Amino acid sequence: MLSYILRRLGYAAIMLVLVSFVSFLIIELPPGDYLTKKLQDLQARGDRSAELRIAEYRVRYGLDKPLMERYWIWISNFVKGDFGESFEFERPVTEILGNRIGFTVLMAVSVIIVQWAVAIPIGVYSATHQYSLGDQIITTVSFVGLGMPGFLLALLVMFVAMVVLGQEVSGLFSQEFKDAPWTIAKIIDLLKHLWIPALVGSVTGTAGLVRIMRGNLLETLGQPFIEAARARGLTKRQVTWKHAVRVAINPLIIILGSETLPSVVAGNALVATVLNLPTVGPLYVLALQSQDMYLAGTVLIFIVAMTLIGSLLADLTLAALDPRIRLE
Amino acid sequence: MSEPLLEIKNLKVEFDVRDGIVHAVDGVTFTINRGETLGVIGESGCGKSITAKTVMRMVPHPGKIPAGEIIYHRRDKYNPDKAVEVINITNLDPHGEEIRHIRGGEFAMIFQEPMSCLTPVYTAGVHIKEALDLHRLLPRKVGDQMAEVISGYRHVTKEEAREIAIEMLHRVGLPKPEQRVDSYPHQLSGGQRQRVMIAIALSCQPAMLIADEPTTALDVSIEAQILDIMRDLQDTAGMAIMFITHNLGVVAEMAKEIVVMYMGKQVEKASTVKIFYESKHPYTRALLQSIPKVGKRSSGRLASIEGMVPDPFNLPTGCVFHPRCPSYMPGKCDKIVPKWQEIEKDHWVRCLLYEGV
Repeated sequence: MLSYILRRLGYAAIMLVLVSFVSFLIIELPPGDYLTKKLQDLQARGDRSAELRIAEYRVRYGLDKPLMERYWIWISNFVKGDFGESFEFERPVTEILGNRIGFTVLMAVSVIIVQWAVAIPIGVYSATHQYSLGDQIITTVSFVGLGMPGFLLALLVMFVAMVVLGQEVSGLFSQEFKDAPWTIAKIIDLLKHLWIPALVGSVTGTAGLVRIMRGNLLETLGQPFIEAARARGLTKRQVTWKHAVRVAINPLIIILGSETLPSVVAGNALVATVLNLPTVGPLYVLALQSQDMYLAGTVLIFIVAMTLIGSLLADLTLAALDPRIRLE
Repeated sequence: MSEPLLEIKNLKVEFDVRDGIVHAVDGVTFTINRGETLGVIGESGCGKSITAKTVMRMVPHPGKIPAGEIIYHRRDKYNPDKAVEVINITNLDPHGEEIRHIRGGEFAMIFQEPMSCLTPVYTAGVHIKEALDLHRLLPRKVGDQMAEVISGYRHVTKEEAREIAIEMLHRVGLPKPEQRVDSYPHQLSGGQRQRVMIAIALSCQPAMLIADEPTTALDVSIEAQILDIMRDLQDTAGMAIMFITHNLGVVAEMAKEIVVMYMGKQVEKASTVKIFYESKHPYTRALLQSIPKVGKRSSGRLASIEGMVPDPFNLPTGCVFHPRCPSYMPGKCDKIVPKWQEIEKDHWVRCLLYEGV
């Protein structure tokens, strides 16, 4: 068991190195770099000393060195906890991410809890009452939820909140609280804003989970051991929860580990952009667009790390829950 | 004198599906006596399993019971002196308390597919404990060993459940029951799983065991072992068995009386000896002829029943067997529906050959 975990962690480390290198390479691929763009901007504004300043920057960020060397400098500092400096913000990546990671995790965790707490009971109801009116309604709503992109839903909810409820909806705080110290009023203000991203995130994710839970459970309910359990005189509820759900929920553990956990880092960037949330997602998109490579690379490495850790945790949990699975 | 345990009277089960109504069970009548074995035989899809599930009130959706009665003569297993209670199972709520008490506690059932009848995430012991918690009570004894009096009954404790589970696994012939009790289903072979199923079924001392093709999925040597175990345990426990099979050899070994079914109807019912040596219905005869015989060298092909099983939505008129029947009487069999009648003592048949028309 321990050797299995160590081996998996070893693979994960190799994977991380490969991913970091490939992502570094891909960010580098387009012609030019961040500073070429910056130079054009400055020249367009008529800055005479632009060339000189850019050359200075080039040395400061190490962009004059060859690719392999730059990668090596970055990755060896990365291990020490220095993720490099963002070009765009001219501040260390650690500091930029540090400002946002708190809200990102808060958002993601609240969305995940709502999703799972809502999706599993609904999915179970939907499967145990297959083709009933309730199931039809749930199915219709969840297809709408699945089909509607998150950003569209975000726009709709914003519209309703602004026009109907007359609320200011952009971001997580009202203007007056943005830089204010933490007070009760600020927390209330946060909650007033938080419901929109939480709702949007939950609706899109929940729909998928409901469908998966329903499908798995229906398949399990058709198994002979369910009939055998009923023939032993168990109540319908005991058969459903103790025998069927217990078996049907296992595939969801994989989803929780390998899909949900990574979303804690970057979240849904598109929705967060529309809602103007101070989370990591929009930052990541921005960094990719402007070839802000240390920032983008760092976020990417964290996403990959979370995916690897998540799938390891999922495998371990699954092995503990399902005696048929043995880790070797 | 044998005492009836279960009387099924003119039972009908219908499935109203998109293409029409399927009469899965159509007027089945038979009695199972206490401690005796009744064999139910017939081809696949003839309504054997549905009859068994109806007794447990586990007819799959959208099945309905439009007519008939299932009368259960309950004798309280903890109070044998109490008068026999008569329960009409067809009137019970299929999700109610009463039927759940009967399921597992009084009628236990074992299935065709031992491979997938145990919940994969629970051990054999957990399965047995689950049944014990629901249905088994132990006597609460008062007084010393010389004069013990049973003052009442209590539920089984965790330690006792484990002991009983090991004891049951031992009785069904599972090697190393102290270890096997903690085995998960995937760690057991098919034969072992069916033994565990039997152990679960018998752990609550049921009055009847419904065995729905319990050995179909097992190989022949394992089959013989399982049948031996069932017979042994029947003798010691005094339990009735409703034995459903399409295997005539197996039913000959197990049953005292046999019901032959075809397309939801019973076509013949008699003692096992009579069915095998003096069968009356052409369908029963055809079934018996289709058994290959070891040692008898025949030049021809194996005998089979002509034609196909009819479409359940479009049953033949008159006798449902007439299109395939070797004794078909044109103008009669395709017009007149044969009656269920007793042609000799305890020998019932549904065929126009014996109606003198």
